[in-house]
Amino acid sequence: MIEIRGLEKFFGNLQVLKGVDLDVRKGEVLSIIGASGSGKSTLLYCINGLEPIQKGSIKVDGTDVHAKSTNINHLRQKMGMVFQQWNSFPHLTALENVALAPKIVKGMSKAQARDIAAKQLEHVGLGDKLDAYPSALSGGQQQRLAIARALAMEPTYMLFDEATSALDPELVGEVLDAMRLLAQEGMTMICVTHEMGFARDVSDRVAFVHEGIIEEIDTPTEIFGAPKSDLLKKFLSNIR
Amino acid sequence: MFDYNFHWRPVLKNIPDLLEAAAVTLQVAVISMVIGILIGLVLALTRMHLSGPARWIASTWVEVARNTPALFQLFFFGFGLGAMGVHLSPYVIVVSALSFNCAGYLAENFRGGFQAIPTTQFRAARSLGMTVWQSYTRIIIPQVFRIVYHPITNQMVWAVLMSSLGMLVGFRELSGETQALASRTYRIFEYFAVTAVIYYAVVKIILAGSRLLAMRLFRY
Amino acid sequence: MEPTISFFSGFQLSDLWYLAEAAWRTLLISACAIAIGTTLGAVFGWMLYEGKLAATLTLNPILDVFRSVPLIIQLVLFYNFAPIIGLNLDPFMSGVVILSIYCASLVANVARGGMEAVGKPMRRAARSLGMSYWQDLRHVVLPIGGRAVFPSWVGVALGVMKDSALVSVLGYIELLKASQILVTRTQEPLLILTIAGAFYFALSYPISRYAAALEQRWST
Repeated sequence: MIEIRGLEKFFGNLQVLKGVDLDVRKGEVLSIIGASGSGKSTLLYCINGLEPIQKGSIKVDGTDVHAKSTNINHLRQKMGMVFQQWNSFPHLTALENVALAPKIVKGMSKAQARDIAAKQLEHVGLGDKLDAYPSALSGGQQQRLAIARALAMEPTYMLFDEATSALDPELVGEVLDAMRLLAQEGMTMICVTHEMGFARDVSDRVAFVHEGIIEEIDTPTEIFGAPKSDLLKKFLSNIR
Repeated sequence: MFDYNFHWRPVLKNIPDLLEAAAVTLQVAVISMVIGILIGLVLALTRMHLSGPARWIASTWVEVARNTPALFQLFFFGFGLGAMGVHLSPYVIVVSALSFNCAGYLAENFRGGFQAIPTTQFRAARSLGMTVWQSYTRIIIPQVFRIVYHPITNQMVWAVLMSSLGMLVGFRELSGETQALASRTYRIFEYFAVTAVIYYAVVKIILAGSRLLAMRLFRY
Repeated sequence: MEPTISFFSGFQLSDLWYLAEAAWRTLLISACAIAIGTTLGAVFGWMLYEGKLAATLTLNPILDVFRSVPLIIQLVLFYNFAPIIGLNLDPFMSGVVILSIYCASLVANVARGGMEAVGKPMRRAARSLGMSYWQDLRHVVLPIGGRAVFPSWVGVALGVMKDSALVSVLGYIELLKASQILVTRTQEPLLILTIAGAFYFALSYPISRYAAALEQRWST
């Protein structure tokens, strides 16, 4: 379970998160929507400990992410992260991309790591691209590679930061399909997304973030069918 | 016009000596490059991530290495340090000066290489649970290495060419050996002509080797 | 030309003058070599660009020799070769000849790069406006290509300035040779080397920084 209490985050003098409270239960799929610059991506980075926080706390399965005593590298193994820019490692083949972290972070044997990498690549539909270098893959394939890379660490949670925003429109579908599949398998997911269709169909809950706070959080039916706050109504009408 | 009689025989007789000296040249260049790469890496990272005296020292090193003649640097490690009571052998003087110079030039190449890698690569590595050290050694540095591979090759050639300055501090690498042999026989032109050919060959071999190695190393 | 052994071995004010004169000779030989070398190099670069295959097969390998043999060897070779073909050149002239050719061999690559930086469409546009080949070269290629490679050219020119120290092997008393002579007499290597190093640094550092700043500004 992820528990966020009174989270505040500053970039210099600029406050990007202004007191966020949020619980994500195991097995839940939470989508976070909102305008660019509202702080949604920053929230993910804070959960993964990639950005320091100034106030409040984030606990993952009871462990404080930002406590000095926390072994963050260890904790991060529980949370797979997929970025907007897929960030495949260009000097490694698809298989090596996925096998590297299990090998050097989890200390798996080479063979074990290769097996799990091949399995995860198969899982996202890249079973025939094991020895391809990222430069030979399309954006959609590279993003699926990134998902496989995160899954190979066998995380409890998956964090998606606008995983389809940088893709050409015709490549969005294959990545969303991979994410849907994960959700069906019961993975706990937090997805910052601009894909309203995905948020509506796949999520258990949707959070609307505006200027650093969670303005409204509810089931997709309520959020999209009966929005309460004016800000959310305006946001939804703008994107339609 | 050509009333000069070329005498190649004494030179050709001494070619084994020259080749042996060429091996010394190559050895000095390789050692200096290895030291230069390691120090250059430290200098680049220091200039990028630290502040205060460490950064100042790194910057001064880089700028002095790049903005003064290599010969000046050689003299400094020779009789400059000698004045401070540090007496080094010609071998050590040449290796020190070359390492100093290479480190300065390579540091700038490394800095450019690091800056060419998107910071998101580092984030992605950390998000997988890799430590800072693992992220650098497994993800960042292999990519930087490809970017700086050509500059390193060029610097290697420079190191070979620069090592010829050794003859000015009495070091018997290829140039020093040539000078010593030439002054014994007064066949200066012939000796240095052959030496020029050897240098040319060494440089070409390095470049060809580098190209072959690149084909093996960089598959992506 | 070597000063006779002085009764006063300490560093004197007149020595400063001696160094200043030597620094002037460094500037003089550098300026001559850079001016001639740049002119020649620009022509060579143009030949490499326009001549394509023919130039790549003939001119390029010749220039390559000057980039692949240590400058110090080139200087000694030429200085000893000139009398053989009946030329009696003093160290200054020999130095200018070799430094110029060396400079030209480096500038040729820079110049070719500059011409390649000017895209074909732009040149077609110029010709379509009715410009002659030479007008196109003068009014389009030179300003655009020249700007693209100006920082690289500055690097080459500063390199030649620093390498001019090597002409000392022929007995030309430029700054570094003068320093060496003074060090032998005064036994104060640190002071004298610092003065010499500071001179090179003061010349090279601001210019290279300026070129780097220009490069940054022009690249955006």
